[in-house]
Amino acid sequence: MRYARDVAIVAFAQTDTLRRSDELSEVEMVMPVLHDVLRQTGLRSSDIGFTCSGSTDYLAGRAFSFTMALDGVGAWPPISESHVEMDGAWALYEAWVKILTGEADTALVYAYGKSSPGEVRDVLTRQLDPYYVAPLWPDSVALAALQAQALIDAGGTDEPALAAVAARSRTDASDNPHAQLKGSIPSGEYIVRPLRRGDCPPVGDGAAAVILAAGDRARDLCERPAWIRGMDHRIEPHSLGVRDLTDSPSTRLAAGRAGAFEAPLDTAELHAPFSSQEVVLRRSLNLNDSVRVNPSGGALAANPVMAAGLIRLGEAAARIHRGESDRALAHATSGPCLQQNLVAVLEGES
Amino acid sequence: MSATPSPDLLRAPLVVEFPFTRSLGPVQSAFLTGLRERTVLGVRTSDGKILVPPVEYDPVTAEEIRDLVEVGATGTVTTWAWNPDPRRDQPLTTPFAWVLVRLDGADTSLLHVLDAPGPESVRSAMRVRIRWAEERTGAITDIACFEPHESEPTAHVTGHSGEFDDAVTGIVTPARLDYTYSPGRAQTGFINALAGRRTVGERCPSCRKVYVPPRGACPTCGVATAEQVEVGPRGTVTTYCIVNIKARGLDIDVPYVYAHIALDGADLALHGRIGGIPYDQVRMGLRVEPVWTEGSRHPDHYRPTGEPDADYDLYKELL
Repeated sequence: MRYARDVAIVAFAQTDTLRRSDELSEVEMVMPVLHDVLRQTGLRSSDIGFTCSGSTDYLAGRAFSFTMALDGVGAWPPISESHVEMDGAWALYEAWVKILTGEADTALVYAYGKSSPGEVRDVLTRQLDPYYVAPLWPDSVALAALQAQALIDAGGTDEPALAAVAARSRTDASDNPHAQLKGSIPSGEYIVRPLRRGDCPPVGDGAAAVILAAGDRARDLCERPAWIRGMDHRIEPHSLGVRDLTDSPSTRLAAGRAGAFEAPLDTAELHAPFSSQEVVLRRSLNLNDSVRVNPSGGALAANPVMAAGLIRLGEAAARIHRGESDRALAHATSGPCLQQNLVAVLEGES
Repeated sequence: MSATPSPDLLRAPLVVEFPFTRSLGPVQSAFLTGLRERTVLGVRTSDGKILVPPVEYDPVTAEEIRDLVEVGATGTVTTWAWNPDPRRDQPLTTPFAWVLVRLDGADTSLLHVLDAPGPESVRSAMRVRIRWAEERTGAITDIACFEPHESEPTAHVTGHSGEFDDAVTGIVTPARLDYTYSPGRAQTGFINALAGRRTVGERCPSCRKVYVPPRGACPTCGVATAEQVEVGPRGTVTTYCIVNIKARGLDIDVPYVYAHIALDGADLALHGRIGGIPYDQVRMGLRVEPVWTEGSRHPDHYRPTGEPDADYDLYKELL
């Protein structure tokens, strides 16, 4: 056994992702998914050993919104709790480590993103290097477009291939009641060439929650737990000019350390907000056509920032819960042009 | 979640601005001061690569690196992206290309923009040169942009001390983000009631506590609150402090008292200033009522009602 304990995702819930959610504060958006995962497992708030969340206050411009979101957890009497200013996938990682150390047997992980109050393309520029990059205000689509062009120049893709990625994602999303963009969506005009509107994720608000549990506890809470066989995350230099944008060595390394290449996969949920990034990830993970990529529609169909990575883990787990997958890879990304990447390998027992 | 926001939901513009003030280390200081002097510096890593823009630690080995060199003001585009619709604060106001440029002599690329007539005139591997800003302060924006320029690439670099007169040692990167803020259903109800000089909270369906102001959830039970309950207008001072420092822009004489006030019917105290009584006579248990001023959306302060003080047992859970 590679880890001290076996830990599984035993429940997953997500909101519909919507273009606007003005009538809801963050806590009002989060609460339904918290209640949903508790209902699925039959646990009460007080049964949870550790709670961890991922979000960023910059999205909605509400200082300390993450402390207000805690109102939805029922944090009295005081609970063991933590927050990451990152996608909820990294909150899940922290919770997993907490359970591996034996400090908790169950964990509640949630994430939310309310992009509608601001301009997410501009907001994300504030995570960039403040010396050489942020003063130029390069927005998230511009940076992804530089990566896409590098990939096209290297012969790794072309515009029709990118359009096909987007079309397949939105077609698959037709079966996903929570997705924001589904069905046949035109490629549209260039937002930042070579990326067209169809190559970019929709802007939306949403939340997701997951419950983790160890060993027999997981078997008690879920008929077919999605066991985390390995999980790792790696980061690359922040300066785009020192990286090969057509490759994702951090994804490959994380996948290797998570054990992704040790046995065949049947499913991969990749967090690729831009069509070109799916191409980079497929190449880096060496995925062949036998692997079902993003049956949920992926981030091109619904991209609640800070929750979209956690949703990849949740969608892969839910597929195992339903018996539709036996061995799935889940990936989450953070930062410009796939700077930081997390990979988990999930398995069901036959 | 419902897709159509209710039309009476409150919304207001919200601007978040912050000057991001950063000190510079020796390498960043040399690079940005160099730009002011129309000199582009890179740094040499232990394996001989030249990084432009330079960093202070080797991205591969994490070693401290200080060996500066001067590179060319001409270079080669390594990738590009055409921006048809410039956004506020971006370097050019007319359509332009984002570019990564490998300056002559460098092994890595710098992110900036290229002023070109249209996307058909841009390609990877095209030659470009720096167009310097007329006024330069020691910032990445001292490079106004790149412009197309045919020239032969060179790999020549020269050593540089990195020393300049009057070196730039810090930068301020102004940041401004614009939002349309909506407080959501629960707080919209609270604010709208205040406009009618009423204070409303919401009751938890589980523990029955009434929260003021309401935020839509009971922080103890973790469930939604929805039942609106009017509270006050009178209340009890549960605890207080004496403010001796005059706040900028506030026309209130010091010392004054700022208090936690449990409005009658509320299970959570809110904050308010106490007036109409000398500061040194305010006490726990004092009964108070709100004082409204013309056009105000919330009570200006609270003043004594003249009732007998509340019994400690009545408010001890609300401190």
